[in-house]
Amino acid sequence: MTLTQRPAQVLTARGTASRHRRRRSGIGALFVTPYLLYVLAVFAIPLGYTIWISFHRFYFTAPGAHAPSPWVGFANYRDVLTDPVVGKSFLNIGIFLVINVPLTVVLALVLATALNAKMPFRSFFRAAYYLPYITASVALVAVWQFLFGSDGLVNHALGGLAPDPSWLVNTHLAMPMIALFVTWKQLGFFVMLYLAALQNVGNDLYEAASVDGAGAVRKFWSITVPGVRPATTLVTVYAIVTGANLFSEPYLLTGGGGPDNSSTSPVLLMYQKGIEQGHPDFAAALGVVLVVLVLAISLITRKLTERGN
Amino acid sequence: MSTHAPASTARPEPVLAPRHSRRRATRAVQLGVLLLGALAFLFPFYYMVVGSLRKVTAGDLSSAAPSGLTGGNYSAIDGALSLGRSLVNSGIMTVGVLLCTLVLGVLAGYALARLEFRGRSGAFSVLLLVQTIPFQLLTLPLYVLVVRDYGLGDNYAGMILPFAINSTAVFLFRQFFLQMPASLFEAARIDGASELRILWKIAIPMARPALLTGALLTFIGPWNEFLWPFLVTKNADMQPLAVSLAGFLSNLQGTVSNPTGALMAGACVLAAPAVVLFLIFQRHFTHTNIDSGIKG
Repeated sequence: MTLTQRPAQVLTARGTASRHRRRRSGIGALFVTPYLLYVLAVFAIPLGYTIWISFHRFYFTAPGAHAPSPWVGFANYRDVLTDPVVGKSFLNIGIFLVINVPLTVVLALVLATALNAKMPFRSFFRAAYYLPYITASVALVAVWQFLFGSDGLVNHALGGLAPDPSWLVNTHLAMPMIALFVTWKQLGFFVMLYLAALQNVGNDLYEAASVDGAGAVRKFWSITVPGVRPATTLVTVYAIVTGANLFSEPYLLTGGGGPDNSSTSPVLLMYQKGIEQGHPDFAAALGVVLVVLVLAISLITRKLTERGN
Repeated sequence: MSTHAPASTARPEPVLAPRHSRRRATRAVQLGVLLLGALAFLFPFYYMVVGSLRKVTAGDLSSAAPSGLTGGNYSAIDGALSLGRSLVNSGIMTVGVLLCTLVLGVLAGYALARLEFRGRSGAFSVLLLVQTIPFQLLTLPLYVLVVRDYGLGDNYAGMILPFAINSTAVFLFRQFFLQMPASLFEAARIDGASELRILWKIAIPMARPALLTGALLTFIGPWNEFLWPFLVTKNADMQPLAVSLAGFLSNLQGTVSNPTGALMAGACVLAAPAVVLFLIFQRHFTHTNIDSGIKG
């Protein structure tokens, strides 16, 4: 990272400059203190706390009351790793990623390439794709339920071809539906990301290819796809993080995790175990496992795509 | 791949006409793809608006066309979850987050870009680190701390706290302050202006686009957020619209005569502020925000 560049300094009369610098030093620390305190309170302490909870038997108590929290070593982790529903929830995220990542990469790249050409109504298209990204999940989930419910528009349009049980209450279709929903909702963000990345692919490459008689498809494969590889890495990592964070979609779209936990996600499970059923120690351990897995997979993804470069 | 290989070694076309027509065909395909995509993206919004205005909102094919329009669904959803109250709650949460991010975030961003102090690079590393921690891991311990230990359940401060300073916005502010010419700041300092005055009179006016982007970026977060306010608010009078609407969605809905219509009306009200702001400030949404995302 080359982000810690120093501001250029103007050399003026030495004495005043150093006095100013000393004064500024105190002010700088003062300006940044609220932010650092905030990070401590909202990130560092909870992060440490969640790790602490995960190694203890922990109960919710009334405010002010104290219950003992004995050290239990890895017992919570053992519970998490042997719980079949936890396994199911990670498998569900696997299904999510298998559908979401390729679909996002292909659709976003195709749409961004089309948008990158000089097009009539370009800003209209950009706005259309970005709209779901900025709209509340809860509002969009409501519409999708209306579209894909058993008595919804899609089933009416399909007639006899409609799946039974219907989309959102079907063990095989619940998770793919969530993956589709999230792909649709986030796609605009990735279209913009690829559009920014396309600006960095040199125009001369395309011109040279044109002179050599390359067609649009050939140019897309040989110039565009390798040219935006860093953005593709970012899309993949971002999709993994989104998958790890899934909560509102399985909770609302498929009614609390789908039939037979078929769309339960790890975060939804954290909520159900930790807050609904009163086992925050289990939930904390699950959270730690989740984050370790996400970091590992992101690291591997980054390594793989960077080697490809 | 190998099937394409001969194409690249082919000689350039001597006559221009075929290439022109080929380019026109490419253009037509591109436009077709974009139109198809836009349809898939906009149809649910259209369906939501039409559904919210129909007297009977059913899932059959006829319901995609507007007919028998009424505002009754809006008053129905208002009766079911007191829309005004929910909107006020959403508004307080969002404005609280915005104020904290703008005031404290600008101070931090300015210090990180323009002031030297011991621990500056450390503070900047903290900023970058925070952006990589998934918030969902923190929801449980935060819930324990905020609701159980601090007693901030059903409280605006509790709703605002986890989002109070948006680190992405701090990063964005820093980048903007960094781009400004250093001589400007030096000159003001030599004239004896205090740092707060320099920030207020020079840096902030020049950073107005960044502030606007930061504000827009920050706005959609708390306005659309579901999980955290859902955990923190149990009292219906304190719930922001996303939470009360989700409650209406999952504990359906027997209280109103056209529940789907009422749900669509609520969805329209929840979606409208973000969509309207986006359409007004479209240019700001699409540029800086993404670029900083790549750098982050």
